[in-house]
Amino acid sequence: MLAPGFADPVHDAQATFRAVMDALARPGLPRPLTPGLTPPAPLTPELAAVALTLADADTPVWLDAGLAASPAVAAYLRFHTGAPLTEDPAAAAFALISDPARCPPLNAFAPGTPAYPDTSTTLVLALDAITAGEGLCLTGPGIRGTTRVALAPLPEGFVAQLAGNRADFPLGVDLILTAPGRVAGLPRSTAVTEG
Amino acid sequence: MYVAVKGGEAAIDNAHRLLAEARRGDTTVPELSVAQIREQMALLVDRVMTEGSLYDPNLAALALKQARGDVVEAVFLVRAYRTTLPRFGASVPLETGAMAVARRVSATFKDLPGGQVLGPTFDYTHRLIDFALAAEGEIETAAEAEPRADAAICPRVTDLLAQDGLIEASPPDEGAPVGDLTREPVDYPADRALRLQALARGDEGFVLGLAYSTQRGYGRTHPFVGEIRVGEVAVELVPEELGFAVPLGRMQLTECQMVNQFKGSGAAPPQFTRGYGLSFGQSERKAMAMALVDRALRAEELGEPVVSPAQDQEFVLAHCDSLQATGFVEHLKLPHYVDFQAELELVRRLRAEFEQRSEPVEMQEAAE
Amino acid sequence: MSGTHTVFPPPSAGEGTLRNRGGEGSDGAERSSPPHEDRALSGSRVPLLRDFVPAQPLLTQGPPSPIPSRARPTWDEQDANLGQARDRSGGGSAAEPSAPQSGYNFAYLDEGTKRMIRRAILKGIAVPGYQVPFASREMPMPYGWGTGGVQVTAAILGRADVLKVIDQGADDTTNAVSIRRFFAKTSGVATTTRTAEATVIQTRHRIPETPLTEGQTLVYQVPIPEPLRYLEPRETETRQLHALAEYGAMHVKLYEDISRHGHIATTYAYPVEVAGRYVMDPSPTPKFDNPKMDGCPALQLFGAGRERRIYAVPPYTRVRSLDFEDHPFRVQEFTHPCALCGAKGVYLDEVLLDDAGNRMFVCSDTDHCEGRRADGHVGTGEAI
Repeated sequence: MLAPGFADPVHDAQATFRAVMDALARPGLPRPLTPGLTPPAPLTPELAAVALTLADADTPVWLDAGLAASPAVAAYLRFHTGAPLTEDPAAAAFALISDPARCPPLNAFAPGTPAYPDTSTTLVLALDAITAGEGLCLTGPGIRGTTRVALAPLPEGFVAQLAGNRADFPLGVDLILTAPGRVAGLPRSTAVTEG
Repeated sequence: MYVAVKGGEAAIDNAHRLLAEARRGDTTVPELSVAQIREQMALLVDRVMTEGSLYDPNLAALALKQARGDVVEAVFLVRAYRTTLPRFGASVPLETGAMAVARRVSATFKDLPGGQVLGPTFDYTHRLIDFALAAEGEIETAAEAEPRADAAICPRVTDLLAQDGLIEASPPDEGAPVGDLTREPVDYPADRALRLQALARGDEGFVLGLAYSTQRGYGRTHPFVGEIRVGEVAVELVPEELGFAVPLGRMQLTECQMVNQFKGSGAAPPQFTRGYGLSFGQSERKAMAMALVDRALRAEELGEPVVSPAQDQEFVLAHCDSLQATGFVEHLKLPHYVDFQAELELVRRLRAEFEQRSEPVEMQEAAE
Repeated sequence: MSGTHTVFPPPSAGEGTLRNRGGEGSDGAERSSPPHEDRALSGSRVPLLRDFVPAQPLLTQGPPSPIPSRARPTWDEQDANLGQARDRSGGGSAAEPSAPQSGYNFAYLDEGTKRMIRRAILKGIAVPGYQVPFASREMPMPYGWGTGGVQVTAAILGRADVLKVIDQGADDTTNAVSIRRFFAKTSGVATTTRTAEATVIQTRHRIPETPLTEGQTLVYQVPIPEPLRYLEPRETETRQLHALAEYGAMHVKLYEDISRHGHIATTYAYPVEVAGRYVMDPSPTPKFDNPKMDGCPALQLFGAGRERRIYAVPPYTRVRSLDFEDHPFRVQEFTHPCALCGAKGVYLDEVLLDDAGNRMFVCSDTDHCEGRRADGHVGTGEAI
């Protein structure tokens, strides 16, 4: 039995989108996200909500090893979004990552092109915790001065990878960070340093 | 005391009521039915369908009625409706070679399989106003001719030329997805299929003018009308779950194949090239103009210098759409008080500075 | 078919992608009978695609349609509804949310189109000032009249939003009225004329005088999104110039003004540099409004429907008006305060009172002016 999608496809998708939009517009500031979904593990409700809101037949989706190992996850996403799954991270419009500690290097994904930097991959990560006010130090568009956010878990050397991602601006990937009940954004325009 | 202007809402409501009245006109004159427009303004309906990208004569006729006969406005109504329709998929490519022709003329061969079929055409009418039509009389029915033995076989002239390799091959269908400029933004350079879609939807007057310009030397293509054919073709779709083609119905089309300027090189023998036009219903002017501009837009592909407007795809594609053009031209009647005020302030300041500079020095001193 | 009344189906939200997979907004499965069944067909003119209505959903399964499957009104009924204006008085007015008109998806656009626009908005936010191409739809209003802004607003709008629409700073200009009604009808969201109450403000040519706040989104209608367009008409060229951040031509153009007129002669649509990278067209707002874009707490989204571009300025982002050390950027200054409310330092409309040269300067932002007058501020009321 396939788990259901949004109870109210129009308004739940809108609410999820607005949370994601606000999150990317205010990097590092977590927004509440309570989609009410019960997707098959290891797909989290928040990952599923972002996928159902933004992915469709026009957007190839890449799954990390944990998600790709679950036929139920693939069936769920295919049914509810119609998005083609891709094994090539550089061909993905969206990459869903259930195990952020083992997130592939950011430069494995599409950075866009100088003429079309929008053709880059958006990574959606399922973290355990997003805590505002401590941890990494963020500056850039959308941030008044600086802000801090702690993200867990992250792979080794992730801050250095983010610095590399920022250095290639306007090329680069954008990150939608989720944790239970919340979403935060880390677009390529944000400069991240260790706190 | 000045009071700020108010009443936009009431004004819009009243404007709509006045429009409805004006549309109906004198109520002592019987109202037009959609069927009357569809049957008696058929070429207008065809144009609205072609530029509206939607084959539905009733809808086009209704749009014309609602638009008071304004073609661009009717196209607008049809397009806005079309954009809300669900897509079932793309049809199997239409086989115009199997068209049941109502009209077929070739300017390249005096006679050919299937023959020349004049059909319903203005071509040889004397353009004298027929005052008898004002009296709404009975029409004279055309005599039925004995069909030619080969009437059922009507191969395309370009196919006949291609048999001998005299014309470039039509590009093969490689099953690539059909592009659609209404679903994706155009990324230049656009491929030929997208260009043809833009031209088919393009304003007839604009495309006609461009086509004419190629004849006058702005991107000359040495065209011959290989063939114009008007008639019905079957439309088929392969539903994914069935895996075989099912007929959807038939539609009337006008197809024009131009035979153009040959090309060749040391490596390849000379061959004629093609320009292609296709429109809904009977729209020969549009199909011909489209074929000329299509060929002109192939200049780069065929190694010809791109020097004229009709050869410049960004110029043609960005400006051929009547809705985009009319929207942006007509938007100038929207309020621009704010921008104009900004310009007014600048011009006044520049004029003041100009006058100050022009004043004789001694007068300036005296004033100080 | 003379004498019969042809009933056409109302337009409904169609699936947003070419590769149809059924799904939101696709109403193919809902139609129980061919919409044109009562039509008399004439000879060769066979209406085609509209008659192909499968009894079962085609292709793959998808999520259920969000459109209530209640009886759809005929066009005639909808026309009757169009005539019913919601009673709303002039200044400081607000309309409560109401049930949106049936037959359309919420906020008109189908869900597939909204997804596509939403993706473009997110990329626009991630690359401030960069123009994201998007598959602009043919809207039921003319190109050049706000179709880009309308599509952006439709893609972000939710039931809890409060919408304000202005044109030239005023809520009561006809096109602002028309767009506000469009959303009131198709989404049922609450509308307001008060800047402070709005969560989403769609605008043409002005930024409100009342400072915008966090949580608000300003949606600009943009006619020509390309700041380099009048220097280089070709999209293929301007795209490369942006890719290379090659903006020298823009500076040259501005400097030519200075050498000819002694001033930069650009008074509206004055180009800005966003977050130190992309040069952006702020839409044809007067340059008076440019400083409001810099470090603005609200999210700014820009929609160009005819030109098919979306771009964005996130909150608290540096927006610098291009200028020169010896000719710093300056905004317009008005000699007189608003004749109605006495406000200074605001943008004014010049109103001609007669043919003897009498004129009056009044606030362009009608909500700001009304708010001040309600608070007891009074102008001279005198002609100049």
